[in-house]
Amino acid sequence: MTESVQQAVPLLRVRDLSVTFPARSGKTPVLAVNRVSFDIGRAQTLALVGESGSGKTTTGRAILQLQASSGGSVQLLGYELGQLSRDGLRTMRRHMQFVLQNPYSSLHPRMTVAQTLAEPLRVHRCVPVESVTARVAELMTLVGLDPAMVSRYPHEFSGGQRQRIVIARALAVSPDFVVCDEPVSALDVSTQAQIVALLKSLQTRLGLSYLFIAHDLALVRQVAHRIAVMFAGQIVEMGGSDQVYGNPSHPYTRALLDAVPVPNPVLQRQKLSESAADVQFHGLVPKAGPCAFGEDHAQSGTACWHEVGAGHGVSCRFWPAPAQ
Amino acid sequence: MMGAPVALLQVRGLTAQFNRGDAASQVVKGISFDIGAGESVGFVGESGCGKSVTARALMRLAPEGSSLAWGGTVLFKGQDLLQVNERVMQDIRGRRIAMVFQDPMSSLNPVLTVGAQIEDVVRRHTGASASRARKRAVELLDLVGIRDAARRADDYPHQFSGGMRQRVLIAIAVSCQPDLLIADEPTTALDVTVQAQILRLLMRLRRELGMALMLITHDFGVIAGMVDRVHVMLDGRIVETGSVDALFANPQQAYTQALLAAVPRLDVAGKLA
Repeated sequence: MTESVQQAVPLLRVRDLSVTFPARSGKTPVLAVNRVSFDIGRAQTLALVGESGSGKTTTGRAILQLQASSGGSVQLLGYELGQLSRDGLRTMRRHMQFVLQNPYSSLHPRMTVAQTLAEPLRVHRCVPVESVTARVAELMTLVGLDPAMVSRYPHEFSGGQRQRIVIARALAVSPDFVVCDEPVSALDVSTQAQIVALLKSLQTRLGLSYLFIAHDLALVRQVAHRIAVMFAGQIVEMGGSDQVYGNPSHPYTRALLDAVPVPNPVLQRQKLSESAADVQFHGLVPKAGPCAFGEDHAQSGTACWHEVGAGHGVSCRFWPAPAQ
Repeated sequence: MMGAPVALLQVRGLTAQFNRGDAASQVVKGISFDIGAGESVGFVGESGCGKSVTARALMRLAPEGSSLAWGGTVLFKGQDLLQVNERVMQDIRGRRIAMVFQDPMSSLNPVLTVGAQIEDVVRRHTGASASRARKRAVELLDLVGIRDAARRADDYPHQFSGGMRQRVLIAIAVSCQPDLLIADEPTTALDVTVQAQILRLLMRLRRELGMALMLITHDFGVIAGMVDRVHVMLDGRIVETGSVDALFANPQQAYTQALLAAVPRLDVAGKLA
């Protein structure tokens, strides 16, 4: 079991983070991330799960200050990232790193692996210049690659090997927190399992915290301590891994779970032959009157959030139908 | 035609070889299989095992600029597709055998409306008039579950989501009611929720149109409910063949077992530190 003890100051603290993309001609601005809040403790993984366009990547980018936010606060190691100076933020980047989805486009094709891994070391002056080569070799070993391959170029590696290099590059500066944005979506299922195992073992060895972004609830089952399900820019359900899988409480979470193929031909055949529940979650947010839990938020002024267990909450927004 | 009943497709000793200068690499090393009319067959293997090149052999499609040489026989309704002339092949390709590719983002022409792209295929293969082709295009969009099809036919690909684009590609593929639909990783680029919709769509179309389906994937989870028989490929060879139920219940080869074990499961929690 996971000991998710609520520490006084979590490693990462996100409160009411919002991102708005400005209006394009004749259209309304897009609220891509809408008041998202969560904590991530040391050596913990929060999985952020949702479909394309739900705002999960934008959330990750806004936390890393790669995307301007329109409101809210992000604190890493107690520092308010939005208020740091340019230099201050650059120093903080040592503590937070990014692993991108596509290992085919996130490595410079004309830089050798040694150059790719040495660059962050030089920028952040993590190790003395004479130890850079040794550190690069150490990083290769850390992610399970042969240090003898450092003079090769990205195209000489398979997709899984490239993703190992991307991970090594993120870990070069010994970060505390890594945003993994769909780190295995571009890989074969068999390679996915290896990369997930690598990320888990690195977490144990180095005490890393992850924000693990994915669209597949089955995949994150193996890595996440806590799960946040995102829909249309909001977190609609959040809880411990066992809570969300054992007692999925938001209809959208249930729809996501239902979409996962069952590796059993008899059950899966039956599932595919039934017509899918065509649930529409859009535009059905009750403006007034009782919510799905029978509470009138407009009147009570409370947040649209309902605890269903200790540390397990669910939003009453985006329920396909009002309470019966 | 011979008197004995023949499968829709009979592949015997298929090889594929890329020739680069004096170096040649064989990516398909002599594989044989049958696909019966209306049957659904899965091919599972990792990147580079030769499953996509096998599928392309049935359409006689070589990647542009490659020197891909095929060997063996591919008998489709008694005709060897590797021997017939290009004219005959053009009639079979897209009409009798159609294909859906992995990436719905790059398989559509960005400067033509979705309707125009379907009409193109319909007119080419059936010689229908412009207005008839238009009607058929709307019908097809409706068939693959695109709402408000008549209006959406005038939209461009960028106005469609990934799942919708894959539906458009499926509409194009089934436009001539092919005998065999080849789906090469049709859901790999899509979200799980959209994947479930596309798999259901393929199942429904197969039933309604009586097509045979060749489903290629690296994910055993996708195969489970979709096919009758499975071929597991490794390094250009078929290493295990069986009914999907037998293969899931009792995989014989260590490689098949490893692929099955890699499928993420909802009912198995990982061990967390």
